[in-house]
Amino acid sequence: MLNVGKIEEGFVLDHIEAGKSLSLYHHLQLDKLDCPVAIIKNARSNKKGKKDILKVECDINTLDLDVLAFIDHNITVNVIKDGEIVDKKELTLPKEIRNIIKCKNPRCITSIEQELPHIFVLSDEKKEIYRCKYCEEKYGKRL
Amino acid sequence: MSPLDFTVEELDKLFDLANDIENNMQKYAKMCEGKKLATCFYEPSTRTRLSFESAMLNLGGSVIGFSDAGSSSASKGESVSDTIRVISCFADICAMRHHKEGAPMVAAEKSTIPVINAGDGGHQHPTQTLTDLLTIRSLKGSLGHFTIGLCGDLKFGRTVHSLINALVRYPDVHFIFISPQELRVPDYIIEMLKEKGIPYEEVIRLEEIMPRLDFLYMTRVQKERFFNEEDYVRLKDFYILNKDKMDLAKKDMLVLHPLPRVNEISVEVDNDPRAAYFKQVQYGVYVRMALILTLLEYA
Repeated sequence: MLNVGKIEEGFVLDHIEAGKSLSLYHHLQLDKLDCPVAIIKNARSNKKGKKDILKVECDINTLDLDVLAFIDHNITVNVIKDGEIVDKKELTLPKEIRNIIKCKNPRCITSIEQELPHIFVLSDEKKEIYRCKYCEEKYGKRL
Repeated sequence: MSPLDFTVEELDKLFDLANDIENNMQKYAKMCEGKKLATCFYEPSTRTRLSFESAMLNLGGSVIGFSDAGSSSASKGESVSDTIRVISCFADICAMRHHKEGAPMVAAEKSTIPVINAGDGGHQHPTQTLTDLLTIRSLKGSLGHFTIGLCGDLKFGRTVHSLINALVRYPDVHFIFISPQELRVPDYIIEMLKEKGIPYEEVIRLEEIMPRLDFLYMTRVQKERFFNEEDYVRLKDFYILNKDKMDLAKKDMLVLHPLPRVNEISVEVDNDPRAAYFKQVQYGVYVRMALILTLLEYA
């Protein structure tokens, strides 16, 4: 079994659906951070058989993790300080998500405007519905 | 960008100004002297464009612009963001119509001058909604406490969706939706009405509800919203307002229409004093004048 050492300060993102860790790596823009990141794929999981784990050694205030709530509710966020888990972070749906999903409305300006970000705004928190900032096309997580 | 950008109080102020313009046109004749309106119309809409131009000319300002994408640098591939940055150097205010939904919002984000959404695809047409609200308020005296029938293409008709969204903010408005099954008002509007506890009915036949209406808002079955010709031809004549149907209505019921009309209102209705759709066009100019003055901070 592969062993990845403890981190002193940062996050351990656990219970990531197997195979999704690389896309999370990009969504969290970890490639832009100058800090150690461990991507563990297909680790053993009692619940799901296998899972991915991300370990990020960084200042705990550096990352905006709310986007995780949009991508996958089941991810566990362990906050690490002095090598110990000090908190399990509650994730809330972000008010706005940028370039995570694309607007599928062919009549939307995002389909032709050069380098325009695809921005979705949370319009109904209870139903987890987001709408395109520009054309209001609906994106429902429960659809 | 949307009629809901204004609060009810702000709308009241805007409509008060529009009514003052209506009654004292001369007072406003030089208010925008030296100012330029750019009408950036990426798709043709003679009526809306001329209404904006007329509004600015009435205020003593001048107008520049283009009336279709072919005569603009969009045909060379220029983005909306770049176009508006350039237009911002030429004009003091811009009215933009675009076939892509959200384009005026992109323009507003990049612009250094106020941008008015003059219609973006099937999404919003806020100045039409302001026109409709001003017409109702001016002819009835207030917004609220009435029954309005919306008839025709309620599925694709953006003017209808915007008007409903604007009217739900006023007290005691009862909606009756009159359309063929295929062109019913979208589910998200029905859900919104249910959530807010606002009364509505959906009916198939126009005749049966005519006696109950205070307003009848007719719409065109728009050919460009259909993907095939067959459906359009089959549905377009379903709901035609004629003298016989008008005879069933209240004596003070008013007929509105965003225009252009194809054949959904018979010409014989035009002379009926309850036909308010041409007055509505005039209110469109007043409300656009009030909007220009407000956005240029002359109001």
